[in-house]
Amino acid sequence: MSGLADAIISIGFHGLAFAMVLYLISVGLSVTMGLMGFVNLAHGVFAMLGGYVLAQLMSRYGAPFFLALPAAAIVCALVSIPLERLLYRRFYGGEELDQVLLTMGLIFMSVAGATYIWGPLTQHMQPPHWLSGQVNLGFRHFPAYRSFLIVCGAVLVTGLWLGLERTRFGAQIRAAVDNLRMAQAVGINTSRLFMLTFALGSGLAGLGGALGADLLAISPSYALQYLVYFIIVVSVGGLGSIRGPFVAALLIGIADTGLKYFVPEFGAFFIYAMTMVLLLWRPQGLFGRV
Amino acid sequence: MTEAALETHGLSKSFGALRVANGIDFRLEKGARHALIGPNGAGKTSFVNLLTGALQPSDGTIHLNGAEITHLAQSARVKQGLARTFQINTLFRKLYVLENVTLAIAEREGVARTLLRPAGHYRAIIEEAFDLLESLGLADAALQPVGVLAYGRQRLVEIAVALGLRPKVLLLDEPAAGIPSGESGVILSMLERLPAEISILIIEHDMDLVFRLATTITVLVQGSVLVEGSAEAIAEDPRVREVYLGDRKR
Amino acid sequence: MKPVAGRDAVINSFARRHHFRLLEATPWVLAVAGYFLLPGYLPLGAQVFATILFVLSTDLVLGYAGIVTLGQAAFFGTGAYTAGILAANGWSEPISGLVAAAAMAGVVGLLSGLIILRTTGLALLMQTLIVATMLYELANKAGRWTGGDDGLQGMEVWPIFGVFRFDLFGHVAYVYSLVVLFLGWFVARQIVHSPFGRSLTGTRENVARMRAIGAPVARRLLTAYAISAMLAGASGALIAQTTSFVGLTSLSLERSGNALIMLIIGGVGRLYGAFVGVPLFMIAQDRFSEIDPVYWYFWIGALMVAVVLFARGGVLGLLERLWR
Repeated sequence: MSGLADAIISIGFHGLAFAMVLYLISVGLSVTMGLMGFVNLAHGVFAMLGGYVLAQLMSRYGAPFFLALPAAAIVCALVSIPLERLLYRRFYGGEELDQVLLTMGLIFMSVAGATYIWGPLTQHMQPPHWLSGQVNLGFRHFPAYRSFLIVCGAVLVTGLWLGLERTRFGAQIRAAVDNLRMAQAVGINTSRLFMLTFALGSGLAGLGGALGADLLAISPSYALQYLVYFIIVVSVGGLGSIRGPFVAALLIGIADTGLKYFVPEFGAFFIYAMTMVLLLWRPQGLFGRV
Repeated sequence: MTEAALETHGLSKSFGALRVANGIDFRLEKGARHALIGPNGAGKTSFVNLLTGALQPSDGTIHLNGAEITHLAQSARVKQGLARTFQINTLFRKLYVLENVTLAIAEREGVARTLLRPAGHYRAIIEEAFDLLESLGLADAALQPVGVLAYGRQRLVEIAVALGLRPKVLLLDEPAAGIPSGESGVILSMLERLPAEISILIIEHDMDLVFRLATTITVLVQGSVLVEGSAEAIAEDPRVREVYLGDRKR
Repeated sequence: MKPVAGRDAVINSFARRHHFRLLEATPWVLAVAGYFLLPGYLPLGAQVFATILFVLSTDLVLGYAGIVTLGQAAFFGTGAYTAGILAANGWSEPISGLVAAAAMAGVVGLLSGLIILRTTGLALLMQTLIVATMLYELANKAGRWTGGDDGLQGMEVWPIFGVFRFDLFGHVAYVYSLVVLFLGWFVARQIVHSPFGRSLTGTRENVARMRAIGAPVARRLLTAYAISAMLAGASGALIAQTTSFVGLTSLSLERSGNALIMLIIGGVGRLYGAFVGVPLFMIAQDRFSEIDPVYWYFWIGALMVAVVLFARGGVLGLLERLWR
């Protein structure tokens, strides 16, 4: 294959894998910010937690990958519940500054906690041996794990979107994002909805963090280090939107991978600049409401 | 024909399929006491928002004292003499009553952009604000935060702030809203005492206030002008009675 | 039925709000005393003064203009690198370097403000973070100028007025930083009490009302943003010049975040929150983060959560409540 075509396919592939991870992590944040009006800067903590749980279950307890992965998601979802009930709930729709300070404080606590429990170094993630190596798709070889990531991500995203369209819970979320007061007026228990939505978003983030540990390395400062990425995906996608962040994640994932390949000296800078230009033109993001 | 204080031609505004203003032709004469009435959802507040620039029209023009202001920014319209009060008190709740008014006067005088002189040096502004409060019976509350005042008195502060701008045209959005009918007399007597040079458009549901204050009344229904005329004519008009059946305040 | 005496009393009381109160001399008295009583802590003192100026700039934009920002470090870092790059490339006169740094930061503030202040709320918050991260990336990659990851080295800072050489014990650094802080504070105080400053408070309280009285809100916010950026830039230059080093952390989210912490501890929107929060934080940090940085991080995070939950007005807020 010609060098450039090969490079482009490679970029598309890795960019897509990256996009899947970004989306799984960020979709929960988008909904939290759009639905509950809550700036959860600490959202990345759940992604980090998912990564740690996966790593620990596999390395320390020898759990198989396909069990440890959902376990990571469930742990994150469960942990999020008391957090939402006891702490976050008081600040919904409240002063932004309060939310920023609160969640920043939580990030700091989580950084310290993670360092204390698991040490300051990056966690090494070994994909299970049935997923290591390459996969032959005929015209080209692709890394097996990343291929799995893409497939897994696609399945999850499809499941998520179908669930949103077809289930009652999904309908309630869509209604509440669209018009909260109306949703309450027709009898939707928005308090419970918030809790469940938050748990779902956190679980997905944990899943994304675990799956993507090889792209976004798991370390105590994860939540701070990658905060900008999640924020960009959410703001470009549009707050409260569920499909928007997917498009944004695709754009960012592929652009980031491509730029790092072609112009490594200034790769990330272009992403930020493009985001600013986009937000200048459309401050509500691609799919957000004005 | 003499120049109107405020006039609109074919003023329209749509939100998608919803037309909140439907080709409104409106004229506020100089020194008028003009009321705009209509059932809930008629588009009265939207009309005021269009006039002040908080909302951009889909079509039509607006003229203030003969000058076109259709696409002028909100702050620019205020500079040209247009002031409004809000249906729900929109005040600086944590600031002193006196400061609520001095902020308005400072804007009017172009002083508000001064960076390095203390606000306290502008004694004339503070004095004018105090005298204005006194004329409205609010002098004793001057150094209280607005938030602690009774709602009715806050309503008066709302008007004081607008008056501090020395407007040529004053748009009052339901000044008696939220005030128990027995207490609206204070608002009414204050409105009656406003300087004759100010042209006033008042949106109200309280018919008592409307008929005592207004000489001209425009009735707005679903974004269009139904009928316009003197207070007596409107009171007699059968169409108006029909529109208001079951909807009257008293 | 208001007697003339009552009218004058009210007007005088209101007109005198900006007058200096004796209590306001406290930080300066303490600072001067510190020079003589704590000679071993002068370099730390200089850092504290510079950081107070930084947090003061944050208070101006956050507590007064009501713009919630996660990217104030962008201006701090711009000032630091400007002063640093100048000093490492021949322009070693400190005062002009400081002025240039503040001006540069002001320009960055003005340009970024023009772009991002068109939005409000969450979109704006995110954009402040993106701007700061952009600058971080820029500094990281422009290693030839900034030293990249290793930081800017080779700074040479000449004596002030050709006479006062920066010494190892921090005597000159202490006084220099204190004087710059004093000037910055004076400017900030004037602004806060000016009609402009009052209009900022009004904008923070009720922006719809501000528009309805004819205030050009966007222009005012931009001005406040740019001024706050200049002060932040000056504080960055101070740190650069007194430590002869500039690192990437000067543009980091952590730097912005720390400023927010210090401000909330002291109390937002009260002008003196910085003067209370910064020394408390930095002295505690100097003590405890040596012992165990992990514990320090944890308890600072917990403190932030606690303050937001129970003592939103910070130390000054608590004192205000006690006063009543």
